[in-house]
Amino acid sequence: MSIPATVPLKPAPWKDPSARPYVQLERLTKKFGDFTAVDDISLKIYQGEIFCLLGASGCGKTTLLRMLGGFETPTSGKILIDGEDMAGVPPYQRPVNMMFQSYAIFPHMNVEQNVAFGLKQDGVSKAQIKERVATMLDLVKMGDFARRKPHQLSGGQRQRVALARSLVKRPKLLLLDEPLGALDKKLREHTQFELISLQEKLGVTFVVVTHDQEEAMTLASRIGVMNHGEIVQTGTPSEIYEFPSTKFVADFIGSVNMFEGKLVEDEPNYVRIQSDELGSTIFVNHGISSPPQAVVWAAIRPEKIFMSIARPEGTDNIVQGAVQDIAYLGDLSIFLVKLPTGKVVRVTRPNTSRHSEEITWDQQVYLNWDSTSPVVVTR
Amino acid sequence: MNERRSLFILCCLGFGFAFLYIPILSMVVFSFNASKLVTVWDSAHSPTLKWYAALLDNDEILDAAWISLKVAVINATGASILGMLAGFSLSRFSKFRGRFALNAMTTAPLVMPEVITGLSLLLTFVAMEQLIGWPAGRGLTTITIAHITFSMAFVTVVIQSRLATFDSALEEAAMDLGAHPMKVFFVITLPIIFPAILSGWLLAFTMSWDDLVISSFASGPGSSTLPMVVFSKVRLGVSPEINVLATITIAVVTLMMISVALWMARAARLDKARQ
Amino acid sequence: MAKRSLLKRLGISGGTFVVAVPYIWLLLFFAVPFIIVLKISFSDIDLAIPPYKPLIESAGNHLIAIKLNFNNYFFLFTDSLYFSAFLNSIKVAFISTVLCLLVGYPMAYGIARSAPATRNILLLLVVLPFWTSLLLRVYAWIGLLKANGVINNVLQWMGLIDEPLPMLYTQFAMYIGIVYSYLPFMILPLYSNLEKMNWQLLEAAQDLGCRPWQSFYKITLPLSRNGILAGSMLVFIPAVGEFVIPALLGGPNALMIGRILWDEFFSNRAWPVASAVAILLLIVLVPFMMWYQSVQARESAGDGR
Repeated sequence: MSIPATVPLKPAPWKDPSARPYVQLERLTKKFGDFTAVDDISLKIYQGEIFCLLGASGCGKTTLLRMLGGFETPTSGKILIDGEDMAGVPPYQRPVNMMFQSYAIFPHMNVEQNVAFGLKQDGVSKAQIKERVATMLDLVKMGDFARRKPHQLSGGQRQRVALARSLVKRPKLLLLDEPLGALDKKLREHTQFELISLQEKLGVTFVVVTHDQEEAMTLASRIGVMNHGEIVQTGTPSEIYEFPSTKFVADFIGSVNMFEGKLVEDEPNYVRIQSDELGSTIFVNHGISSPPQAVVWAAIRPEKIFMSIARPEGTDNIVQGAVQDIAYLGDLSIFLVKLPTGKVVRVTRPNTSRHSEEITWDQQVYLNWDSTSPVVVTR
Repeated sequence: MNERRSLFILCCLGFGFAFLYIPILSMVVFSFNASKLVTVWDSAHSPTLKWYAALLDNDEILDAAWISLKVAVINATGASILGMLAGFSLSRFSKFRGRFALNAMTTAPLVMPEVITGLSLLLTFVAMEQLIGWPAGRGLTTITIAHITFSMAFVTVVIQSRLATFDSALEEAAMDLGAHPMKVFFVITLPIIFPAILSGWLLAFTMSWDDLVISSFASGPGSSTLPMVVFSKVRLGVSPEINVLATITIAVVTLMMISVALWMARAARLDKARQ
Repeated sequence: MAKRSLLKRLGISGGTFVVAVPYIWLLLFFAVPFIIVLKISFSDIDLAIPPYKPLIESAGNHLIAIKLNFNNYFFLFTDSLYFSAFLNSIKVAFISTVLCLLVGYPMAYGIARSAPATRNILLLLVVLPFWTSLLLRVYAWIGLLKANGVINNVLQWMGLIDEPLPMLYTQFAMYIGIVYSYLPFMILPLYSNLEKMNWQLLEAAQDLGCRPWQSFYKITLPLSRNGILAGSMLVFIPAVGEFVIPALLGGPNALMIGRILWDEFFSNRAWPVASAVAILLLIVLVPFMMWYQSVQARESAGDGR
């Protein structure tokens, strides 16, 4: 597509205060009895986005999606889609379509009838239905399977039919509930990219629910990380990964080494954290807004920790430990290094070449990291 | 991978099925026996169709069969509708006042001895007649009401167990695509659970067609169903005409089962051919 | 999450209607009748149509007299015929249930462990007799069991016996008839329970040192408990009140309570006595019915498997 070339010229819509949100949630809450599934969520989603709601099962992400689709009524709060309040609008009148986790392909209809179903409900003329269904089936590469019954389709084919069926009505917003959850790993990766290119082609706004962080990272323009019914952080995949705002997000996305410590030096342009867990201090080259002596956590990604047999130069951010375990994963290796304090640090190292220094079990190694690498979180 | 049956289990299966089918086969065989003694094979004149001809001349049995057929069809339809409503109530509404009672009232008839159901219904009909004048006397109406009452429980169970495995996302998807709830029911739900409804209907039909005890309580003069006539004949001993009736029943049931099986196989084949 | 109808959630309620229709029907023709039976069991026999006296009579001066008559129950407890009939019915039903279990369990197990294609055919063969008339199937046993019936003829022809064995109109015939008629009711719940069984559990047990018979006894049997209970209830409860089979196959002294109730009602026209028998029978059976219902609820809740 030619669009990507022009994108950098415009600021992202979520950074542009004048941009009009396409979907707006205002203090949305949903309770089932005593259980609060969605807790006071406010959120803006912009046109053309792929917004991923990421969280563990039971975090309320599916409930949120079902409220957008009209299958659950909010306990309180508002949903606006394209400026229109959705309160009291039943699912069959919303300008929204949903792709269900189970795909929910009607078993008594063939592929063509399934895709045509929504258009029939709108009273579209027969000729037009035929044309639009054929175009859509070609788009998802299912043109040859129009007459098949659902039980004759593979998982990947069902996924395409479900996608075609929910897109053929040209919804303003497409809701996808674990869209690739039922596919095996290889197919899932392949389909992720297809989904993105299809979305770019059609310009439909996607809201995707997933528990798979890799899927969210690949698909999303922005991710909303959910926990216990709340959105704990919203941001682009790299923002979420590089600058997690809480311990939970840092831990949930990717793997991380978390060191608890106390703020001992708090200057505008640097801080120093005394960590008993690490048995050393951590130097961070930017200021943070926290009272001195406050308990904070420094989160350091395993790939941002360097490992060497010889002591590296400098004084900051260096600890010594013994290699406890090594896992060889092909493209990279994972090392678990035990510090004298007992804390085990996870370090990854790409297997770019045969390393000059072969590191083996029980070897004493030095670990160090850039002063830009740690992310300091206060909760 | 499940093909792990010991010799012992195979023997049990063989013995069990022999036990189930030898009596049935004996009736079929002896329906062609010329002797009036029924179980003594008259090899000189058998096989013969003379008892089949005799059955077709037996107005008592034919009239009773006609009554039974009418009752069974109305019952099956009524029981299917009521059973479907009850099945929907129980599987779709998790909470409503009196759910426990409804559940109990649909489970109890499954095991309730027929004499109790029959007696209580008859006494109710009598009390109702005294109170509101309806139903006047006992006859087809009372038999049908009685049959619907006990057979709807079986339909309820069939529908309920079908709905338990029904993916409610199918209904939501249809609604999401713009279909009104009523339309969703008729275009999506009903066609998908249709086989369950059909088997519920057939079950209710069979139960009604077969019922002796409850019919005896609920019937009045001139409304003897087929089982009632058969019972009074059988009490007097074996009769060759009953063997014929049994053979015809078995033939009809077997044909129906085979045709359903073939129909399903054909549908599967057509699906394959379309690819 | 609560599984509620979308219709209801959206407030487009046809739900009330859906619940109300079968509810009212069952209330009117299933629940209320028991109250009427209870009422009539307390009234006096009368030579009238219907043959009982009303409970509530006007006693003049705007007074209403309610005459509760315990005579019917008193009669049932003093005449040993009824007591022994009750005991006998429960005994026959219990033994029949055990026999059904002994025949049905291996069959259900065998079917559940067959290849899927064979499984459906076998299941069809179990269900098929059920679709043909019960009355006719019981009748078939008369032809097999009677003095010049098939079994006696075959045994005599083989020279095993000289005189025909008296089999029809005995307890033996009655057991055969009940087991035969109720066998599908035992096999089907057992099968549907065993079908869900994870057979790897057996392999795991054997891997851990169980012999096949031990693993059956320690794994399969306890896990199929709900199927056994459900099947047994489906046989036991109706068998206690069974009428047709004892009437056709049992001897004249086969005292079954269902038969007594029938005779009191149709032959003696003693409706109040018959009602009292029905109420006592219900009191005996209701605990079993409630047990059955709780087993069903547990089974459909998945039992954590």
